Amino acid sequence: MFRNQYDTDVTTWSPAGRLFQVEYAMEAVKQGSAAIGLRSKSHVVLACVNKSNSELSSHQKKIFKVDDHIGVAISGLTADGRVLSRYMRNECINYFYSYESQLPVGRLVVQLADKAQVCTQRSWKRPYGVGLLVGGLDESGAHLYYNCPSGNYFEYQAFAIGSRSQAAKTYLERKFETFMESSRENLIKDALFALRETLQGEKLTSSTCTIAVVGVGEAFHILDQETVQALINEFEIAGEEAPADEAAAPDQADDSESSATAADQVTPSDPDVAPMDM
Amino acid sequence: MLLGILGMNSLDCTPATNSLIRSEADSQRTLYPYVTGTSVVGIKYKDGILLAADMGGSYGSTLRYKSVERLKPVGKHSLIGASGEISDFQEIMRYLDDLILSDNMWDDGNSLGPKEVHNYLTRVMYNRRNKFNPLWNSLVLGGVKNGQKYLGTVNMIGVHYEDNHVATGFGNHLALPLLRDEWHENLTFEEGVILLEKCMRVLLYRDRSAVNKLQVLFSLCGIHTSRLLGNCCTV
Repeated sequence: MFRNQYDTDVTTWSPAGRLFQVEYAMEAVKQGSAAIGLRSKSHVVLACVNKSNSELSSHQKKIFKVDDHIGVAISGLTADGRVLSRYMRNECINYFYSYESQLPVGRLVVQLADKAQVCTQRSWKRPYGVGLLVGGLDESGAHLYYNCPSGNYFEYQAFAIGSRSQAAKTYLERKFETFMESSRENLIKDALFALRETLQGEKLTSSTCTIAVVGVGEAFHILDQETVQALINEFEIAGEEAPADEAAAPDQADDSESSATAADQVTPSDPDVAPMDM
Repeated sequence: MLLGILGMNSLDCTPATNSLIRSEADSQRTLYPYVTGTSVVGIKYKDGILLAADMGGSYGSTLRYKSVERLKPVGKHSLIGASGEISDFQEIMRYLDDLILSDNMWDDGNSLGPKEVHNYLTRVMYNRRNKFNPLWNSLVLGGVKNGQKYLGTVNMIGVHYEDNHVATGFGNHLALPLLRDEWHENLTFEEGVILLEKCMRVLLYRDRSAVNKLQVLFSLCGIHTSRLLGNCCTV
């Protein structure tokens, strides 16, 4: 989109009925590195691509545990994402203090959306520049939501946000009908496959991605590197096609191990992407 | 803060001297109850919860009001019973009505169950106690949600716990021993009512503030709360 005379303030409508500042905020989400979420009846998996500023620095944290039953993956301005995660954690803790039970995900998401909406209707504020994939468990099962900077939220079976997320979405669109009944392992494998699509040729290793799971009887947690690498090895052996249907198979090939330990791939920095967007 | 400390002194005084040194702040908080309800008794039975209480509102030693409903349903899943100051119970009902309304306004599939309501009330009662302005009640909170039975109690100082059988006031001394002996997991509805009736009869004999008109509420697994009223005559 191009600059125009209606895009300076978030409180200025365009003649076509658009708020350009809000739309620009959504652009910021597209610049961040990919984050993917999928859910079954009983589990939600969040996956994201690790990006670091340089070979020397650590990678940006994109997945946050909000409570035992809720986690969030962000894409866009990570600082905004961090602040919103803190807000979400606070809401969960306060609810638990008053009611001794867990805040339903659906309600947290609405509170988040209302908070984002406020920033689209104040002249002294700006919209949050981060998209959030909120995954969590309710009494009514597992849920995945996407919260926009615009203040909208949607529930999804599976979704991907950030740069090159379209490739992941294409993969997910093919397979999403199977997710509801999927096992936990297959759900994680599908997440890894979808993630690989966004890497477009880059090597998928446990150091370039982060996976987190929450499910019935399983608190939200980020999988450690060995577990992720083992899973990657498993399906790379099975080949390009569908994810492995069999249960966890022992690692066999040595060559995929050695190629996995090759130097960590770092995406060359995109000149249009501000350093703070990850 | 200073006014609060003045108020604390007057708590130790008898009402006679109290009237001489009453500060303005005292009229802002509960000092002693006026119209009170006596015991509430609650038990879990096989299919849910049973609560019983008489319908008396005493004004000191006078049995003034005889049709006071001290048991009320709360939301879709819970029942509350109150002893102590009736006006404070009415205030609590207003808090709970607001709470349930807000809960319903979300219009999602979620709803507050008895455990959540009990905890909310605990926070309210304890907070009021900390401000030296208690809601002068002992509450019984019970209900069923998703097949899970819940029964708990909380009083004016914020003490709270759950159990299979709870009671307030004189019920603690007269009814609980009976319940400890005769309660078991698989009470049918009829057995539960008979057991509660036994407790209420003893309370009628021995509690000065008891009246001979009862209210009994039950909460079933999977079904919304219902109620039945009964009269019992002295033997």
